[in-house]
Amino acid sequence: MEILVCIKRVPVTAAKVTLTADEQAIDAKYLSFAPGPHEECAVEEAVQIIEKHGGKSTALTLGTEDAIEQLRYAASIGIDDLILLETDSDWPPMPTAKAIADAVQEQGQPFDLLLFGNESANTGGYQVGIRVAHALGLPVVTGVKKLEFADGKATAHRQTASGWELYEVPLPAVFTIKEGINVPRYPSIPRKLKAKRKPIQRIVPGKGDVGLEKVRLTVPDVEASDVNILGHGADAAPKVVELLKELGLV
Amino acid sequence: MTILTVIEHDQGVIEPLTFGMLTAARELASDADVPLHAVLIGADVEELADGLGEYGVEAVYLMEDDALEAFAPNAWAACVLTAMDEDEVTAVVGLGSEMSNEIMAHVAARADLPLATNCIAIQPEEDEAWAVTRLRWGGTLHEEAKLYGEPKLLTIFALGIEPEEESVDVEVIDVEPALEEADLMVRVVSRIKPEQTGISLTDAPVVVSGGRGVGSSEGFAILDELAALLNGAVGCSRVVTNNGWRPHSEQIGQTGVRVAPELYIACGISGATQHMSGCSGAKHLLSINKDEQAAIFTKSDTAVVGDLHVVLPAIIAEMKKN
Repeated sequence: MEILVCIKRVPVTAAKVTLTADEQAIDAKYLSFAPGPHEECAVEEAVQIIEKHGGKSTALTLGTEDAIEQLRYAASIGIDDLILLETDSDWPPMPTAKAIADAVQEQGQPFDLLLFGNESANTGGYQVGIRVAHALGLPVVTGVKKLEFADGKATAHRQTASGWELYEVPLPAVFTIKEGINVPRYPSIPRKLKAKRKPIQRIVPGKGDVGLEKVRLTVPDVEASDVNILGHGADAAPKVVELLKELGLV
Repeated sequence: MTILTVIEHDQGVIEPLTFGMLTAARELASDADVPLHAVLIGADVEELADGLGEYGVEAVYLMEDDALEAFAPNAWAACVLTAMDEDEVTAVVGLGSEMSNEIMAHVAARADLPLATNCIAIQPEEDEAWAVTRLRWGGTLHEEAKLYGEPKLLTIFALGIEPEEESVDVEVIDVEPALEEADLMVRVVSRIKPEQTGISLTDAPVVVSGGRGVGSSEGFAILDELAALLNGAVGCSRVVTNNGWRPHSEQIGQTGVRVAPELYIACGISGATQHMSGCSGAKHLLSINKDEQAAIFTKSDTAVVGDLHVVLPAIIAEMKKN
């Protein structure tokens, strides 16, 4: 099986988010970076599928040179080949999808599976995987939390409010993955060292229509909570039970 | 010109947030002095059409086909595209939900148009681009953006929009869906009912949630006990599922479940935005943390400073005493 997994570099946010002075991004001076949670699971899933069914995996990201760190992460989990679609900034969904679809078509070997995160952690556009599927004429199932293969077909499970939906699609196909499909492994030190030496295929994509243009980011006003400290340690228990009564819960 | 809305339903049951979306879309339509229309898609959904008039929908394009019995996102997109040809459409508006975001992304891909998902403010402009504000980072940040394309494609994040009725006569227009095999290739082939064990996280009046501070899988026993006493459910943060202490189905946050209980008890949780976007709808937030500087205290209504493994047993003992 030939698998492509597409990931995106995002900051790992903590409790408080501050913006850069130009309001274009999160101030990441003191933050680390990672692929989004759904994408970490997509990488893990790709590696598990190859371990089970054999084949080769490729990780791709679109972004600045810094995003090589996330490609190296993917390699340290077990991804074979790495592709950077090198840009000078984050791109909106339309040109991102076009660049990925173009890059896939340029690769000699066609992929059986293309994995994405269900939505990116930072922009939450819910559309790049679907746009790539249409550009390549492939079926796509989104929100996948379980994936099985038999006879050249995939069965994808996704969770809704009313239970699980099962989809059956022929390969090649696109799947957008949701966190919960697996628990991503931690990279081992030997793999991390090996990942550092992996060659990276660099492609500079042409930018098409932007479609959706970011003007600025804002941090929504959150009412400053005036926290009422009920007490310290076990001594606080009577006050907590009082609160439960006030709320009508006991 | 019209505003065309997409009615989301799961096997004939309209997603309640749809009415909030219709309320926002109606405002958009009345500001522009154009009618509000809707497209209703399924195998046998005609009876849902009348109720849409109560939310100001003047015309419903009813697109029924036996092949639409099983949900097929790309087939729904094909129907939306057909409905878009019936009128001169200014904007197509869907709900900012997993299902409608997916359908609208298919529409956008097929029409080669941009799509703005999870909008919370929409300002139509005379020139080509509309000014929209949309959610990023699960609502932690807002993005002000320009949306291009004709017609405009967007979805509305409707959690928190109070649906307002405004009754009009609704005209139901039958339109034949022009479905092709490829539209139906990805469709639900079967369903599995959820395994129901106790009260669900989204319905529970109390959620007792644990984070890194719980320390282990065994450490959750005390949270389970308190939740059972309060007829509540147990939740957790992302670090807990990553450590394999609890299943992902219990994870609260941006990439997990969103809850809005009467009381949310956060035990040993630091208060990262990833987690808070899943529980910010709680009516009352009580946090228990031994770190007096924990960020979650600044987001809580009440708090106890202390080790949850000391505080929770004391609360349980106190409850049993009463």
